[in-house]
Amino acid sequence: MSEPSSPRIVIVGAGPAGIRAAATLVEAGLHPVVIDEGHRAGGQIYRRPPAGFVRTPEQLYGSEADKARALHLLFDRMAEEARLTYCARSSVIAVHEGRLHVLGEGGAEVIFYDRLILATGAADRVAPIPGWQNAGVYSLGAAQIALKAQGVALGRRIVLIGSGPLLTLVGAQLLKAGADVAAVLDTSSWRQQMRGFWGLAARPIVALRGLVLRARLGRRYHAGVTLERIEADASGVAALRWRDAGGGERHTPCDMVGMGWHLRAETHLADLAGCAFTYDEQLRQWLPKADRMGRAGNGIYLAGDGTRLLGADGAEIAGRLAAAACLADLGRPVPSVGADLRRLALLDRFARGLAQAFPWPGALVRALPDDTIVCRCENVTAGAVRQGTTLGGGEANRVKSLSRVGMGRCQGRYCQLAAAELIAAQAGCRPEDVGRFRGQAPVRPAPIGALLRES
Amino acid sequence: MITAGRIVRLAERDREEVQFLLDGETRNALDGDTVLTAMLASGHALRSSEFGPEPRAGFCLMGACQDCWVWQEAGPRLRACTTLVVEGMRLRTTPPENWP
Repeated sequence: MSEPSSPRIVIVGAGPAGIRAAATLVEAGLHPVVIDEGHRAGGQIYRRPPAGFVRTPEQLYGSEADKARALHLLFDRMAEEARLTYCARSSVIAVHEGRLHVLGEGGAEVIFYDRLILATGAADRVAPIPGWQNAGVYSLGAAQIALKAQGVALGRRIVLIGSGPLLTLVGAQLLKAGADVAAVLDTSSWRQQMRGFWGLAARPIVALRGLVLRARLGRRYHAGVTLERIEADASGVAALRWRDAGGGERHTPCDMVGMGWHLRAETHLADLAGCAFTYDEQLRQWLPKADRMGRAGNGIYLAGDGTRLLGADGAEIAGRLAAAACLADLGRPVPSVGADLRRLALLDRFARGLAQAFPWPGALVRALPDDTIVCRCENVTAGAVRQGTTLGGGEANRVKSLSRVGMGRCQGRYCQLAAAELIAAQAGCRPEDVGRFRGQAPVRPAPIGALLRES
Repeated sequence: MITAGRIVRLAERDREEVQFLLDGETRNALDGDTVLTAMLASGHALRSSEFGPEPRAGFCLMGACQDCWVWQEAGPRLRACTTLVVEGMRLRTTPPENWP
């Protein structure tokens, strides 16, 4: 039994990165506070179903079952032995001068920190297509969470669209579980996918596993498609219109569409904490800056998919490294990190291969008709974003205030990349030239009553 | 079990039944369902959009997109994808009357 240590170290997120960071600190005799939105530790990738569910880790996580089981056991043991403080079902909604404003079940509270490790993960990177505001359109991650954490498919006849490892994986997982998957449509062509070969060869077993899953999709899988629109009736999605690689018009009836183009780092808290950002040309998004260990300065450390999109294995390593950096900065003995750094370089090469093989569909976004909804929160259209650019110029935050794109309650998480693409096309510059939406607290909707009680 | 909803139960079907009220009508769900799963097991939407004609049924299921906020009879809304259904919960697809 130990109490929160002095100095106080707070970790945000209990996925693979947060769990490994916590374990490294606990091994060094410190007592971190872990704040997590989940009901139980594991993050999204190793998310656990509620109590009373009976599927085994093998059924839930497939080839990654051992990793999931190890992380769950490790974290639960640290929590049981009170070697860390676990705040489950709690959202950090603001960061300011060494204080975290945390919204939990019991309302809002302030938690102080001396060092902060952000392991906030990533979510699906989505691109709007006409009709995506309708009921029955979900992210690929949503389809996977529904299956893993609830044992359900989000539709009776499913079409998956986008590009990236999750597209194939979710398709194969749904098929295996008995769902009706009508089509899996990849906007990346075979030729484009081959461009990622050298990078993907950095992890031959993982790449091979992806090809085996792809084979299980059979004739449902199509590469190099063009997505036209999602058709809907009064109850939601009814069909998808698309063109195959040869340009042939296709119409696939369905009641659910899952979409995603790889991942977008969750960076709102890093932004509020004052981290610097750089635009990553290959990953086509703004990422918070940190050194190889995850040091972002001012006592802030970044780990996992919230800063470098390397996947779950990379997140475990980055969690250990960020905690090691934290220990070093506190003048404490540091575990050896050489092997982890070498492994991270290999994972980075693989991630670059993925980014090349399964790119962001910039051309598709730039060609969207004016009446396409870009912001799902407030139904702001592509035309409104273009008009805002014409009126205010090619700067993201000015177009945000003129058109309200990015001002809805998801705070731009699902529209910012498409909006930047549209603004840049209209202004005649590159997406990185238009800047990025400024983060604003609270980063999750918070009832005013909870904040009043806090003050 | 009602099967007319948006979702299809593929596994974990052997759980205790839970009843909740949606717009005053009794609905069945299973213990451990999120509010989103519970509502979509017998329906097609969670709410209507404030900014367009289309119904909404959630999007990200990880508490990030905020598409799945559902009204309760008592007033405050809840996020359907991160809240577990509880016996006797009283939910609405539209705001309560006289809500400010």
